[in-house]
Amino acid sequence: MAINRRTFLKAAGLTTLAGVAGHAAMELLAPGALEASGAPKVGEYPEALTAKRWAMLIDTEKFTTAQVYQKCIDACHVLHNVPHIPGDQEIKWLWTDSFKHVFPDQQHALVPERIKNQPFMALCNHCDNPPCVRVCPTKATFKRDDGIVMMDMHRCIGCRYCMAGCPYGARSFNFWDPRPFIENIDPYYPTRMKGVVEKCTFCEDRLAKGQLPACVEASEGALIFGDLANEDSEVRRVLRERYSLRRKPSLGTDPHVFYLI
Amino acid sequence: MLEKALQGNKAYWGWIASLLVVIGIGFVFYVYQLQQGLGVTGLNRDVSWGLYIGQLTYMVGIAASAVMLVLPYYLHDHKAFGKLVIFGEFLAVSAVVVCLLFVVVDLGQPQRLMNVILYPTPNSVLFWDMVVLNGYLFLNIIIGWSVLHAVKKGVRPASWVKVLIYVSIPWAVSIHTVTAFLYAGLPGRYFWHDSLLAASFLSGAFAAGPALLLLILMIVQKVSDLKIPKEAIQTMTKIITYAWAINLFMVLLKIFSAYYSQYPAKMAAFDYMFGGYGGEQLMPWMWNFVFLGVVSLALLVIPSTRNNPVTMTIALIMVFVAGWIDKGLTLVIGGFIPNPFKVHTEYWPTIPEVFISVGVYAVGLLILTVLYKVALAVQRESAS
Amino acid sequence: MYNAGKIIPGLVIFLGLVTFPFWSNIGRAAFEAPELVFPETEEECVESGDWMRANHMILLDDWRDLAVRDNLRLYSSETGKRFDMSLTKTCLSSQCHANKDTFCDRCHDALAIAPHCWDCHVVPSIGEE
Repeated sequence: MAINRRTFLKAAGLTTLAGVAGHAAMELLAPGALEASGAPKVGEYPEALTAKRWAMLIDTEKFTTAQVYQKCIDACHVLHNVPHIPGDQEIKWLWTDSFKHVFPDQQHALVPERIKNQPFMALCNHCDNPPCVRVCPTKATFKRDDGIVMMDMHRCIGCRYCMAGCPYGARSFNFWDPRPFIENIDPYYPTRMKGVVEKCTFCEDRLAKGQLPACVEASEGALIFGDLANEDSEVRRVLRERYSLRRKPSLGTDPHVFYLI
Repeated sequence: MLEKALQGNKAYWGWIASLLVVIGIGFVFYVYQLQQGLGVTGLNRDVSWGLYIGQLTYMVGIAASAVMLVLPYYLHDHKAFGKLVIFGEFLAVSAVVVCLLFVVVDLGQPQRLMNVILYPTPNSVLFWDMVVLNGYLFLNIIIGWSVLHAVKKGVRPASWVKVLIYVSIPWAVSIHTVTAFLYAGLPGRYFWHDSLLAASFLSGAFAAGPALLLLILMIVQKVSDLKIPKEAIQTMTKIITYAWAINLFMVLLKIFSAYYSQYPAKMAAFDYMFGGYGGEQLMPWMWNFVFLGVVSLALLVIPSTRNNPVTMTIALIMVFVAGWIDKGLTLVIGGFIPNPFKVHTEYWPTIPEVFISVGVYAVGLLILTVLYKVALAVQRESAS
Repeated sequence: MYNAGKIIPGLVIFLGLVTFPFWSNIGRAAFEAPELVFPETEEECVESGDWMRANHMILLDDWRDLAVRDNLRLYSSETGKRFDMSLTKTCLSSQCHANKDTFCDRCHDALAIAPHCWDCHVVPSIGEE
């Protein structure tokens, strides 16, 4: 048994070095060990929410006032210990801006009043072809099989190349130690240390436990989250019925956050 | 051979001591930045690279420009460069060290630097920049040192050194090309997203680099027994003239393609930089760049001013300063403004940032001084 | 020997420097394993105590990578017990090592180790450090 455990840890350790997925190498080095009873094994929670391709829809008709947005933003920022740093060195995962800023190429003089005046939500687009992942020199940011563009804060060296690469301004850098800027630290989510980049992760840790992203839960139906690869999913059904916009589609990043107009 | 750097007059040691003081001050500020975080810089969420990465970019060009001496000497047997090539290579060594240090001081978590090697990521241009910069550093150290050793012994350099020299020629081009790819490969950064960028980087570098080298050599000539052959000066100033003309031409090409196409995002960068639209931080610098660039080109093109030591020196200083404004300052900052939301957030370096940068440059000058001291001593001994 | 006047004092200084840890400790008290406060209710750790003492940092490292990079968060131990692969939620939970100062820190301090974990991870019982 002890040997099994060592083999597992060795395999996991080795794969960390090689950057290969841990479970794949586990299967390679100790076939069947994951299933064998008694030996240590790793896996997902049975209640985990899984998808082939996660996507989010923002129903702009339901988001008419800043208050509704604020509920989502607060849910996100409180849960993830996002610090409140005033000024241009701020950190944000989820925020709002005007239509002309979120969709600079769509802006024109005759945009309807509702669109012109209402706030629009901005967050990481979890692109299918993410430039941030392409440029990261350490794989600290990477795309998961289910489409989530994930951050490994343990590995980030703080070069900020991903910030230059992201055409959506979705990434924030910890210019300072964030802790003094967090009002109430939630101990169940880590804070970050100074010198690393962070962003929205589609609440991947909540999905792993069977919960929807915090903003979706707080949005009272204004945010729809689901599997874009599944034809019967709600996101697919809504996208079939309603017109949607994506930010800067001409850049070829293939964003997976859709704005229902 | 290194012991030759330990023999010098009062002025030499005074110069070394003052560099050490500047390095010390920079280091104190760096410790402060390390403790507080990069918040002590002027960088922000929108302009996330600034003075440091600008200096990296400019100094990569200075390093690459050594090829402007290596290539004529080794491929075309341009004998006038014979004694000068080593100074070009040693300038490259110190410039690359400066580049690498600027990357390190720019990192948020420098103690994790080795992650770039622990988790090699070939799809990242930054990974390749690390590879080519370090490769170029070692090439120039090995070449410079072994050629100098051969001079000392009075023999011809070994044939494997020749091979490395030939390798170093395309390698020099590669370092600036890869550095340009850092920027040119990003979607949505319209000012950088330009297939000309690597070419314009190289042309600017092949003007500013030799200009700096010639200025340094003229100082070295004053404080030592080095004699720069007249023919070498003439060749170098001609190289500078052509490279500079091509560089300014490429600036015009960019402006044409932005404004004739009326492509809004392409125009936005120039509107901001030259027109002060959305903020005037860079505008005076840009117009200074234009002034310095045009006047220096005129001084270099006209043979009488190119060959007159005074006007030539002025032109070289202008080229170097204009090159610095172009790549050390405005290229990196200008690429971030306006931001992806078409909002103009400006950036200006802070005092710690400036002192850290000056400290890094002092490290480069210290290495340059030591290497030049050794080279001069060896050349003097072999001549006598 | 050429330059013996420089080389021999140089060697002496060099040897003095590299043996610094040895002679600087002469006369100091011998290392004593710090006394740790163990959990009251829980009997067993994730794996056996001996193994954990030697390998907890490797285990945490692997847990970190598996959870963050491979989205695998459930660990079944040798005895078949299941654990959430989380430093905060499992190791530092109230039944286990919520007493970071009298468990983790005592050993780390005695060995002069300062793990970076706590720069980000918060001990639930203490809150902000």
